[in-house]
Amino acid sequence: MKELVVISGKGGTGKTSVVAALAALAENKLLADCDVDAANLHLVLKPRIRQREDFSGGKCAWITPEACTACGECLEICRYDAVRMTDVGGEKTFRIDPLACEGCGVCAHFCPTEAIVFAPVVNGQWFVSDTRHGPLIHARLNAGGENSGRLVTLIRQQAHKIAEDQNLALVIVDGSPGIGCPVIASLTGADLALVVTEPTLAGIHDFGRITALTNHFSVPVVLCINKWDLNPELTQRLEQEAHQRQISVVGRVRYSPAFTQAQRNGISVVEYDGESAGEDLSALWQNLKPLVTEDELTLKLL
Amino acid sequence: MNVQKRTMRIAIASGKGGTGKTTIATNLAVTLARMGCQVTYMDGDVEAPNGHLFLKPEIQTNASVCLPIPVIDEERCTTCGKCVELCQYGALVSLGKLIMVFPDLCHGCGGCQRVCPEDAIQETPRRIGVVETGRSGPIHFIQGRLDIGHPLAPPVIRAARHQLPEEGVQLIDAPPGTACAAVQAVEETDYVLLVTEPTPFGLHDLQLSVDMLRALERPFGVVINRADEGSKLIRKYCTSEGIDILLELPNDRRVAEACSRGDLLADVLPEYNPCFAELFAQIESRLAA
Repeated sequence: MKELVVISGKGGTGKTSVVAALAALAENKLLADCDVDAANLHLVLKPRIRQREDFSGGKCAWITPEACTACGECLEICRYDAVRMTDVGGEKTFRIDPLACEGCGVCAHFCPTEAIVFAPVVNGQWFVSDTRHGPLIHARLNAGGENSGRLVTLIRQQAHKIAEDQNLALVIVDGSPGIGCPVIASLTGADLALVVTEPTLAGIHDFGRITALTNHFSVPVVLCINKWDLNPELTQRLEQEAHQRQISVVGRVRYSPAFTQAQRNGISVVEYDGESAGEDLSALWQNLKPLVTEDELTLKLL
Repeated sequence: MNVQKRTMRIAIASGKGGTGKTTIATNLAVTLARMGCQVTYMDGDVEAPNGHLFLKPEIQTNASVCLPIPVIDEERCTTCGKCVELCQYGALVSLGKLIMVFPDLCHGCGGCQRVCPEDAIQETPRRIGVVETGRSGPIHFIQGRLDIGHPLAPPVIRAARHQLPEEGVQLIDAPPGTACAAVQAVEETDYVLLVTEPTPFGLHDLQLSVDMLRALERPFGVVINRADEGSKLIRKYCTSEGIDILLELPNDRRVAEACSRGDLLADVLPEYNPCFAELFAQIESRLAA
């Protein structure tokens, strides 16, 4: 089994549209949406949810008002500014802002009157679903949820398990934008990263950051340039930069209204438009296919 | 009060990435500065900071952002394991005769040092990013940058926020999403602009952002970027939820091309200038109400 993770650095470059197209083109695969705080793949794949589970990424502190003597110790200890004090005419009350709480538990441990409860919190849900393009594992992190990285890791573990059980050859992971916690969690140990970027200064800047990250974690990487004709000069520059870093350009996809139209119809670009942008995406898959199916060729990239 | 003396803190956020947060934030900054307003632009998208590509600031200061990481004095450590028990992040592991520290997993809470009965734990700063400040013409510029390979964006955003002045209009360009980094960027702001695009992905992630801001009790309004006939989808949602739409920027390939080159609309497509002045007037009227 191979695992392909689709990432971008910059947001909104078309990761999910590319993943949806690959979902329609690749056979014998499973999809995992690891963009857990803004998941969108389900909007195109229209999953029928088979299994639904709560996710607890950690614990959260909560002050029991009856036991609190308002000593202020927690306020002093907390390094995340999560303890809120209100002072009404000299009478102080303390509470913990759950969205600011980092779940370290230090306040609960050191509270002299044991007034702080430190308990697991449910901060999301994850799902196993069926779609017209095969199984989909996806999730929803609650607003302001901590530990998105742990949820990503859990999704990938489930994806691997199901892929093995069902003898599927490929796991395609839709990643998050950025280079932080959830991206690192989706990247480590993957067989190949497909970076989807665009010919803009921001796209090029973030391409540099995301490939430094793939390098840091020794994950082989290939590049797809989306909206390439928006700025052909910058596309050329991106290709040069990729060449310098020995990164293959496996796809060039034109700037096309088909992306928006396909989304509005709840289907992938290749299902909406077999020509133009759809053709570009098919060519992308033709280039990718040997890299995620044949061991020798993947080794060449390394 | 005249516009030059305004003091307010506005975050520009969105659930979905690439909807145009930076376009809105940088052009709003420039428009306000040209109106004579004292403006600070802070790039809080520390994983992918791009505001500098548009504002081209001259960087004057930079300061490392560090997390305090435990160092164990093996002479003093009795391997009692109290620190391991307290640590919620798996950053301390007992190997029997030795406690090992995994700095990448540490969140710098300080609990281990505090709980150690032998006083065997000291903290040492470990760099995870940088905060830079400078000027782009009249605009005060701040940006945080997370170092490659470090997972924790929120402490870098927090450190960048500490550089915000008390006065003037402060614009915080937030990271995409609705997780802890986005929360860190929008907290303690007077108003949040949620930038979206008229697509099903845009609408879906707008709804998630609305949930987040309602939980945080922040006042907010919506900007529809790349508006076209599909905008009715967003309008319908906003009407049903009683959410204000403050601006619709039309879908214009010239805008996309200008942004690709790092050009400010205020410079190359001046017909858009009134949009940003009007956007600010809309925010002011919401805050006055």
